[in-house]
Amino acid sequence: MLQDKDRIFTNLYGQDDWRLDGARRRGVWDGTKKLLDLGRDEIIDQVKASELRGRGGAGFPAGLKWSFMPKENEGRPAYLVVNADESEPGTCKDREILRYDPQRLLEGCVVSGFAMGATACYIYIRGEFFSEASHVQQAIDEAYEAGLIGKNACGSGWDYDIHLHRGAGAYICGEETALLESLEGRKGQPRLKPPFPAACGLYGYPTTVNNVETIAVVPEILRRGVTWWTSLGRPKNTGTKIFSISGHVEKPCNVEEVMGIPLKELIEKHAGGIRGGWDNLLAVIPGGSSVPCIPRSICDTVLMDFDSLQAVKSGLGTAAIIVMDKSTDIVAAIQRLAHFYMHESCGQCTPCREGTGWMWRVLTRMMTGRAESEEIDVLLDVSRQVEGHTICALGDAAAWPIQGLIRHFRPELERRIKRYKETGRAAAE
Amino acid sequence: MPKLTIDGREIEAASGLTVIQACELAGIEIPRFCYHERLSVAGNCRMCLVEMERSPKLIASCAMPVADGMVIRTDTPAVQKARKGVMEFLLINHPLDCPICDQGGECDLQDQAMAYGFDRGRYEENKRAVADKYMGPLIQTIMTRCIHCTRCVRFSTEVAGVEEMGALGRGEHVEITTLEKAVGSELSGNLVDVCPVGALTSKPYAFSARSWELRNTDSVDVLDAVGSNIRVDCRGREVMRVLPRLHEDVNEEWIADKTRYACDGLRRQRLDRPYVRNAEGRLVAATWGEAFKAIAGRLGGLSGEKIAAVAGDLCDAESMLALKDLMGTLGSPNLECRQDGAKLDPGTRAGYLFNTGIAGIKQADAVLLVGTNPRWEAAMINARLRRRFLAGGLEVGLIGPAVDLTYPVESLGAGPETLKQLADGKGAFAKKLKSAERPMVVLGSGALARPDGAAVLALGRKLADTFGMVRDDWNGFNVLHRAAARVGALDLGFVPGEGGRDLVGILEGAASGAVEAVYLLGADELDLSPLDKAFVIYQGHHGDAAAHLADVILPGAAYTEKNGTYVNTEGRVQLGRLAAFPPGEAREDWTILRALSEVVGERLPYDNLGQLRQRLIGVNPVFAAVDQAERAPWEPFGQEGPVDPAPFELPIDDYYRTDPVSRASETMARCSAELLPAAREATGTDG
Repeated sequence: MLQDKDRIFTNLYGQDDWRLDGARRRGVWDGTKKLLDLGRDEIIDQVKASELRGRGGAGFPAGLKWSFMPKENEGRPAYLVVNADESEPGTCKDREILRYDPQRLLEGCVVSGFAMGATACYIYIRGEFFSEASHVQQAIDEAYEAGLIGKNACGSGWDYDIHLHRGAGAYICGEETALLESLEGRKGQPRLKPPFPAACGLYGYPTTVNNVETIAVVPEILRRGVTWWTSLGRPKNTGTKIFSISGHVEKPCNVEEVMGIPLKELIEKHAGGIRGGWDNLLAVIPGGSSVPCIPRSICDTVLMDFDSLQAVKSGLGTAAIIVMDKSTDIVAAIQRLAHFYMHESCGQCTPCREGTGWMWRVLTRMMTGRAESEEIDVLLDVSRQVEGHTICALGDAAAWPIQGLIRHFRPELERRIKRYKETGRAAAE
Repeated sequence: MPKLTIDGREIEAASGLTVIQACELAGIEIPRFCYHERLSVAGNCRMCLVEMERSPKLIASCAMPVADGMVIRTDTPAVQKARKGVMEFLLINHPLDCPICDQGGECDLQDQAMAYGFDRGRYEENKRAVADKYMGPLIQTIMTRCIHCTRCVRFSTEVAGVEEMGALGRGEHVEITTLEKAVGSELSGNLVDVCPVGALTSKPYAFSARSWELRNTDSVDVLDAVGSNIRVDCRGREVMRVLPRLHEDVNEEWIADKTRYACDGLRRQRLDRPYVRNAEGRLVAATWGEAFKAIAGRLGGLSGEKIAAVAGDLCDAESMLALKDLMGTLGSPNLECRQDGAKLDPGTRAGYLFNTGIAGIKQADAVLLVGTNPRWEAAMINARLRRRFLAGGLEVGLIGPAVDLTYPVESLGAGPETLKQLADGKGAFAKKLKSAERPMVVLGSGALARPDGAAVLALGRKLADTFGMVRDDWNGFNVLHRAAARVGALDLGFVPGEGGRDLVGILEGAASGAVEAVYLLGADELDLSPLDKAFVIYQGHHGDAAAHLADVILPGAAYTEKNGTYVNTEGRVQLGRLAAFPPGEAREDWTILRALSEVVGERLPYDNLGQLRQRLIGVNPVFAAVDQAERAPWEPFGQEGPVDPAPFELPIDDYYRTDPVSRASETMARCSAELLPAAREATGTDG
């Protein structure tokens, strides 16, 4: 369990002042110039050594990603884009950072932007985050005034602007290349890769897109040292992580914890346990709506980190834990997610445009049992036809929850179909 | 060059190519819907997925650039499964109304479903329906069939240069949409070709034929001077439709709307039998014999100086040569092919050609347009200019009326004075021409078809010399013709002989009585009023302006009804082919002249097309070099002299109705009514 001294997000619950003064009191902007004095290569090396993995869902090593940025820009711009379009159902970790600790994010923007040779930074914030955007904008204004960003940022002699851009409410704009399209003023549709943003990103210039949490923890890693960071968590899954716990728990919450904490411990210690006790647990979606659910038998022992969850055919994703107790209609729950992905599909490429609607329609029938049992395999096959064949990962995200449902709850689907066939009554639970 | 392995075969592909192109080089077919060689890569249909070593996911071969050491597999179970999956997804919301779909039989979706799809559907839900959009008189939309490949969107923004199509909505609700008005482009018909399914089909052709009933004939277009390569599709004797044929150096795989849609004009207003004006002044139907007799009666005893001949815009070289020879036997030096009055100099070939070549535009870096609207005079050339502009680094200046050319143009002035200043090296644009490596100037008929045209032509030449436009590796001097017959006519010398009258002379002579007989070979665009008193013989295929005035009408063949040679504006000799026989008693034009020569004058010395072509090559060897645009030597032309400060005027005020065929076309009339008011408003020339 994480000790208080090891916490990075010390104002996660907004108990302290979120403005610059409060942030400084909590250690933000402490010796930022010294961090910059380490130099680009040293910062990237340290971040690589820290094994920090991106907090946006895919878990790509952050230092490695930064090292793809060109070493020499020859006067051309390069951008850091912060993905604050947090829209994954169940996820609300970035919201708390934006709301209560915006200066920590800005300091991260300065340090990581410097390391990757960026000339400016854009923060793309979810449109619905109104007060959060207001806080971030005020934080940017305060930071400019204090000389922390802008001309000669932090007295380093390096000019660095940070701009805030509000999205318009499309989930797909959280996909990094769709985000860039949207930022450029176009329809938010993912781009083909290659070229990757590090070669040709925003306005055609080298760009790195990182999640809010990834950027926000970087200065603290450098300040406290890589060994401190790697002492937390497990190899390749180091450091701390904010977990968003929602659903059928006594006390839904956001909490910063070490990576690799057992799921059961996390829920029992911080969320007050499952409603009705651990035995009342049906399933957990451990990483935001996009990852397959895991049934109770797995929840008993699984550790909350990228590799452990991958080993049980799920994923850490955004570390948003959606807990479902035995009162849940699991088919209806997954059907609702399928509807979400159908609604949010950008419609650009065939499998996702056509497949998400198909899967939702079949699930809608299965919810009440109006289907043939062979259709379960058809549904699984359709989800496989979507998975991995699309331009972006939304296709995968739409397919995985359904695959998880069929993997772990196939008998439930069969039961409903059989019951409808026998009684002519829809299975309403 | 990167070496890659495709299905176990090692292949070298130029860097910059994509995997799908490399596969084509290796002779492996990759199915695709959204990918199109001439459009940007969208990568959204996902039909072209292939396996790449070290990539966990399948890759879209259309979007992946080749790299050294790449290992590609196109025949694995995973690839086949992916294709089947994409095919199934495309079909779940496709109406499968192939039996009533005009695309049936030539549909990419149909073909690829046969080759790569499932044999049955598994989709049990209701299909999606999409409201049709309005796209004007040329394109019919059935949007439920759309598979959202966005080829049409990319074509209209990239090639046509009109941002009038786009995709609205998200997910399942994405719809390709238009502005609910006719697409404001002369290239809109190509949208039908790029659409891989039956969502965009040809409106005039709707439900009139199935593709497998049609007889295809490769030919060339004559409705402008580009010489677009076309395929004429006939059922029986009727031309059902005209489609583009690939020619990289001329029209690539596009054609202009007039080329494509004017073909219904071939069925209307046709001259299908000879007519002779009787004593009461009425045209009455006659036999060929009677018509020839009437001509012989009037021409008999007339001296050569009193006879003149004018060749029109759509004539093939063979018939013009036959008429020239016939006039020779009658002793007439009064020949004219420049019926618009352009002061072109027939002496120097380089002086009347588009010397840069249509494909050469790709290399130009500065263009000066003089008295021309290439968008209407040669839409394919304008498309090339636009593409060159999109590649970056092209400066375009325009002297003459301002027009929207789909790319930014710097307006420099209105008339010859501006050209003169520029030729003297003055002005800001002169600097751009000076610094350009491959500058070009384009003289349109608006600049040359005026009394001081010869002086303007000389100015153009001077400008070309001033800015070093003519070198061993580059000729930037260009004349943009509008008439398919013109270059061929100049090449074979259908111009006034020694002491002969030119157009002005013929018209003056006809008015004064010095010219008593005028032979119009498909010539409709000249000022006909001075011909009132003269004996007019009209040989042509449409009852257009000149036919009404004629004393004898000889029904000829339209361009789809004869084998003929045409020379396009860049000097490329191309062969048009007979796709259907002429209607009624109409005959191929050269045979009419050959037959007439037996009655008047001397019998012409050729009995078949081969002999006539031999004679053609004898007159000018360029006719032997079919499909080759040879460089013409740079010799003096034009006539220096004072220029009139009057501004240049554009020759075409209605793109859709420029010649007897398009004027007879109902489709073109509809386009004209629907599209041109908007164009006139945009240029401020209405009212």
